[in-house]
This record gives sequence, C-alpha cells and structure tokens, in this order.
Amino acid sequence: MSSASSTTARAWRPSLARRHVPVLATLALLLVMYAVGVSQYRAFSNVQVVFNVFIDNGFLLVVAVGMTFVILTGGIDLSVGSVVAMTAMVSASLLQSGLPAALVLVVALLIGPTLGFLMGCAIHFFDIQPFIATLAGMFFARGMCTFISDASIPITDGFWTTMSQERIGDPRGNFVSISVLIALAVVLVAAYVLTYTRFGRNVYAVGGNSQSALLMGLPVGRTRIAVYTVSGLCSAIGGILLSFYTLSGAPLIAVGMELDVIAAVVIGGTVLTGGSGYVFGTVLGVLVLGVIQTLITFDGSLNSWWTRIVIGGLLFAFILLQRLIGIRFK
Amino acid sequence: MTGSRPVLTMTGISKTFPGVRALHDVDFRLFAGEVHALMGENGAGKSTLIKALTGVYEIDEGTITLDGEQVAFSGPMQAAAHGVSTVYQEVNLCPNLSVAENVFIGREPRRLGVIRWGETRRRARELLARLDLDIDVTALLGTYSLAVQQMVAIARAIDVRARVLILDEPTSSLDADEAAQLFRVMRQLRDEGLGILFVTHFLDQVYGIADRITVLRNGTLVGEYRTEELPQFSLVEKMIGKELDVLERLDEQPRRVVSSRADATALVDTAELGRKGAVAPFTLRIHAGEVVGLAGLLGSGRTEVARLLFGADRADHGQIRVDGGKAPLRNPVQAIDRGIGFCSENRRAEGIVPDLSVRENMMLAMQAARGWLRPIPRRRQDELVDRYVQALSIRPANPDLPVRNLSGGNQQKVLLARWLITEPRLLILDEPTRGIDVGAKAEIQKLVVELSDGGMAVLFISAELEEVLRLSHRVAVMRDRTMVAQLTNDDTLDADRVMRTIASGTHRKEVQR
Repeated sequence: MSSASSTTARAWRPSLARRHVPVLATLALLLVMYAVGVSQYRAFSNVQVVFNVFIDNGFLLVVAVGMTFVILTGGIDLSVGSVVAMTAMVSASLLQSGLPAALVLVVALLIGPTLGFLMGCAIHFFDIQPFIATLAGMFFARGMCTFISDASIPITDGFWTTMSQERIGDPRGNFVSISVLIALAVVLVAAYVLTYTRFGRNVYAVGGNSQSALLMGLPVGRTRIAVYTVSGLCSAIGGILLSFYTLSGAPLIAVGMELDVIAAVVIGGTVLTGGSGYVFGTVLGVLVLGVIQTLITFDGSLNSWWTRIVIGGLLFAFILLQRLIGIRFK
Repeated sequence: MTGSRPVLTMTGISKTFPGVRALHDVDFRLFAGEVHALMGENGAGKSTLIKALTGVYEIDEGTITLDGEQVAFSGPMQAAAHGVSTVYQEVNLCPNLSVAENVFIGREPRRLGVIRWGETRRRARELLARLDLDIDVTALLGTYSLAVQQMVAIARAIDVRARVLILDEPTSSLDADEAAQLFRVMRQLRDEGLGILFVTHFLDQVYGIADRITVLRNGTLVGEYRTEELPQFSLVEKMIGKELDVLERLDEQPRRVVSSRADATALVDTAELGRKGAVAPFTLRIHAGEVVGLAGLLGSGRTEVARLLFGADRADHGQIRVDGGKAPLRNPVQAIDRGIGFCSENRRAEGIVPDLSVRENMMLAMQAARGWLRPIPRRRQDELVDRYVQALSIRPANPDLPVRNLSGGNQQKVLLARWLITEPRLLILDEPTRGIDVGAKAEIQKLVVELSDGGMAVLFISAELEEVLRLSHRVAVMRDRTMVAQLTNDDTLDADRVMRTIASGTHRKEVQR
C-alpha cells in the first residue's frame, strides 16, 4: 500500500472547484451585474425584473439547452435560429388554415427533431463537418420560412393566446408566463438526462475523446445523431414558445439567434471543444445575456447594440478563461 | 502456472493483406496464470495477431479457441464480453470524466435506467483497491499521471470477468517506477489466474516479468519458449533471424581508417539530450567527416534520436551544441539553418511529394532554407538538378517526371539529392537503403563514403549491421530507447559484438521480480 499512497500523493489533485471555475465565474459575473443594476436603479430590485428576464428569454433558454448537448459532444448547431423561425411559421400558417391546436403542436414539434436527425446522420455517416451540415440546415429552414410566407402571419388561436397571456403569479403581483415554466421543465429534464442516463454520460464521453469512446464500446454514432435531434427538438420547443410570445410567425424572426445561443452556452462555461459543461451553466449564461439587455434598457440612453458589444467582450473573456484552465488541465 | 489446458489457443492463423502476408500459419497458446510475452521486430505480425484475436481483423485461416470453445469475435467489444480484454499503448479513456466513470461507462450499475452513482463509485474503489491503487475515484481522470490512467484502463478491462488480458506495449510511455508499479499489478493478476498476453519492445522487461515467450518473425512463428530457457542473446537472434556467425562471415570489408578527432570541436555535440517517452538522454559527438552508425533493433529509438537531432521532435532534456555553440533545435528549419539534413526512413509519408516532379522535389529543402520569398533562378535549378541527377545516376534522367513514376531506389536518390543540394554539414540518413535493389544500395553506400571523405558528417541509421560496419567510423548502439554503447569501428568490432551489445547492453536496468 505504500506505493499506492505515493501514487496518490504524486497525482495532481484538483480541488472540486477547478472544473467548476467557469460556471462559478459566470455566477459571480451575474451577481455583480445584478448588484450593479440594483445600486444604480431603484426599480431593479423589483422581483418582476428577474421574472421578466425569464419571460423574455424563455425560448432562448430552451434552445440553449439543446445547444449545450451539441457543444458537449464538440459539435455546433448553426441551424437553431432558422428552425425556431420555421417552427413558428409552420405553426402560424397551419393555425391560419384552421387545423386544431393539438395537431399543429404535434406537427411543429416533429419538424425540428427530424431536421436535426437528418443533419446528425449527415455528420455521422458522411463525416461532414457539423459547421457545414448545420449551415445547410440553417439555409434550408430559413428558406422554408419565406417559402411558407414572405410576410408575418398573426396567430389568433385560443390556445395560443391563453398560453401567451396567462400569468402565473404570487399575491404581490409578480408573475411569470407558462413559457417560463416550460423552459424550466426542459432545463430540469436536460440536467437529469445529462447526469443520470447513459445517453447523457455518452455525450460527455464523445466530447472528451470520441476515438476513446469508440474503443470503450460506446455508441458514438448514435450519440452524435441524438444530440442534433435533441437540439432540433429544443429548437422546435423554442419556436413554439416564441410563437406564444409574439403571437405570430415571421420569416425573418430569430435571425442570428444561433450566435446568441452559442454565446450563452459558452459564457455558461461549456467548453467549445466538448466534454465539459453543465446545463446549470447554460441557464446562467442565458441570464447574463438577459441581465445585460435589462441593464441597457434601464439606462435608456444606450443603444441596444451595446448588448452585442458587451456580449462580444464577455465571450472573448470566457473563451480565454477556458483556454487558461485547459492549459492547466494538461 | 498450470500444466493443464490453455485458456486460449490460436492454431494455424493466416492473414493476408493486399500484397502483404501479415501472418502465415501462426500458433499461439496462453495459459491461465501466466504472463506470456509476444516478441518480434516491428512488422513481425504482433499487432496483427492481437487484432486477429480480438476480431479487429477477420482471419483467412486458422481457429481460435477460448476455454475449449471455438470463437470468432466480431470486434474488441464482443471479445471483451467473452473475457478477452485489451489495453492499448495509448490510454483510450476519457480524461474529462471521473475515474469511476471511466471504469464503468457503458455498463454503469443502473436502476430503472437511472445511473446509481454511489454504487458506481463504490465498485470502482473496490476494483482499484484490487490493483493496489488508492485514489479519489471522483476526480477527473485527466488529473492523474499516465501510469495511473493505464491502471484505470486495466481496471476497466479486468472488470468484465476477464480471463485473458492483452497489454499492447503498455510501458512505452511509462518511466521506470511507473513500469515497476504496472508489473506489480500484472504479477498480482497473474497470480489470481488471469492469462496475460504482453507485447513490448523492451527486452529487460520481458525477462523481468514473462513466464513464456513466443517469437514472431516476418509473420511466421519462430517458436514458443520458457523464459528461463531462452537467453536474451538467443531471443535477439530469433527475432532478427540470422545466425550471428553468418553475419560475421558476410563482413569482409576493410575497416575504415579513423582519424583522431578527440581534440577537435565536434560539429554536433549533444549533452544528455532526451525526450520522455521517445528516447532516454544520450550524449553523442559527431565530427566533420565522420560517419556514425546507429545500430539497434527496430523500435529501439534510432529514429527518435534522428528526429531530436533534426528538431522534428523537441527535446525535453539536455542540450545540443552545433560548432560548440548552444543551439536549441526547436524545429527542422532551425536545424536546416545550421546545416543539418534528414532523410526520413519513411520516404513515402515524410519525404517524397509524389505528384511533384523530380526537379521540384529536389529543390524543396533548398527553397525552404532560403525562405519562400527568394525563388531560386531557373538556371541555377537546372544546374543543380542536372549535377545531382548525374552524380547519383537517377533513372530516368528526366527532371520533369513526377517522382511517383520512379522506382523506390531512385526516389530515395531524389530525396538524398534534395538534402545534398543544401550542402549540409551533417546528413542524417534513416534507413536509406531499405527496400531498394542491390545496385542502388551499393551506389548509396559509395556516396556516403565519398561525402564523408569530402568533410560531411553522416549519421547512418540502418537495420543491416554489415552495412553499418562497412560505412561507419563509430557505431552507437540503441536498445530499449537508450543509447547503451558507442563502439569505435576498429578491427575488434564485428557484427557479433554489436549484436551482443544490442542483446545485453553495458548497463542493464534491473526490473525487480
């Protein structure tokens, strides 16, 4: 046993914190930003401000959860923004033609995963770069939006308007929308899947070293296809939440959203090369984005493009942080 | 060891790849409770045999029986499920997952599809304790040393109620202490009744741990021996396949005169230059006009020495001096700048650009040395190319032909010409005569002599001892990735002595039993 204990001593043991550093950094950043907001603007401390961040970014959160799966395997999905728009467009157009809401939901929820599955197959079987395969998916879905209609389609369906307007609140008048609850449910399910199922662990293994994962007998191809399908499903749910939020389908909505989503995931501490990250971090990443927007809205004098500038800076800082930790890691 | 039936028997295994007979009628047997070393030079068929066993390759002929039952695995996974597990040289685990998870991923204990993490950790701790390894199983694998990672890989392998454990060069990236720890585990598993198939290049390790040795050569079985009945010297003979006195008789060339250069500043002088996992620190002086031969078995670290001298791999130990001045060679460009040229042994993959013409291939190194912004005038190119096509008698003598259309020997000459054009002061030739016909071989040997007479230093690497002895002033001997001796090529040196040095070395690293 003497040799064994010497091994223990020799091996460099990280504190538990090290692999959580990116997430903790995001959490700290979020708290600092919130504190700044509270100190600058009196109304910022209102609980509803936080709830509004969730209400305004619920669909973003759901899509970012799907993206987390993809990025954990070391992949990327550029199609999400277009799939969100396409799902909203298909829902709006089907509702306009008089189909019952339940059927529309089913159809709308099938499109995203189907496209995701096809892209995953292309990536796995034909060894196509995820960037290219999902870029093709992005153009396809965006094109389909305009093909359905080149103008915005309003939604007047009863179910949709209920979902849009229903407020779930506390006695003091603070409230969230149903979409927020759906988004949080998606987060919980995703976190559970990633931690407690073989599929979830395979996602991490593939992202860590896909060659090893293959030799360890893990279903690498199936996992890879599945994450794009999951991302497609999350985009579809996000699209439906967006159509709840805007009560319409518009061909040019959510343009460039994929980039916000990737930014949120990365700021949330998921490593772009795969294998490391948490859904909880992604939630924080989305909240950071939301709080920046809120701060700029509260300020009133700043152009909304400042959001982009700040996100750009943060993204850069976080990728640098990942790299630094990564170097220490090796 | 049990005298009973072997746990694994492979009989009459043959495997042919297009153009290559990788295995021909090979028998192999493994008993429970023994460590069985599979020995042979690179290309002898060791890997092919293992891959045939684990189902990576489909065998053309022969039968494999496991516990008396005939088997044909579809792949490593199925083999593992039947108790034949493989741990490869590279640790094939996920550094971003915890130790416990790496042991169990893909077969974690679950209840209703939900992974039971507590149970997973507990069982991982138990397994690792069996390997005498007391580490935090919740820590990420990547935070542990390579040796520990290797142990974790073994833990993963033996968990599947393994009966046969294949260790494919497990020690090549471990240092001596780490290897000793691995051997302790191997002995323990052996004593528990596991049959261990052990592949390694390190002769000392074989004698430290193996109970039995099977030797392969050129895809055929040389024989199976009990370790204590096969002296190290005979093992090397069997691996190389030539009786040593025959080699001796072959060598009737006159000895080359060695001029005394002890006082002169060495052209290249390494002090304890080394790279972990590639070659142990070595000290080697090469003078202008000197040919230093590098002898040793395939895989003994010869090419690694060459790559360090050329800056193709970066040394992590010691230093190198050129003309007496410190010269850290971080990349080949720096080496070329200092007048070092390197003809790779792997001329297809690392040397020749098959689609470029003879002329373009020849000009590559010179152009690189000048920098891409200073093109070489066409007239100068023609002059140089013509000179070397003539001097090396490259056939066909058409500089505009794509190199792919030339024979192997002529390709080798083009590669040689590429470096000669840059007028290097030290030329490293790694197996320059392998796979080319006798005539071309003689021409290249003659050229080496001429070059060294003209003041060029040459590091000559070859598996053919007689060739090394014919050309070299001194012979450095590599064994187990260590430079074990530097012998002056005088009348007392012959193939037999070099061979004995390869087999036993001057200072043995003892592996405790």
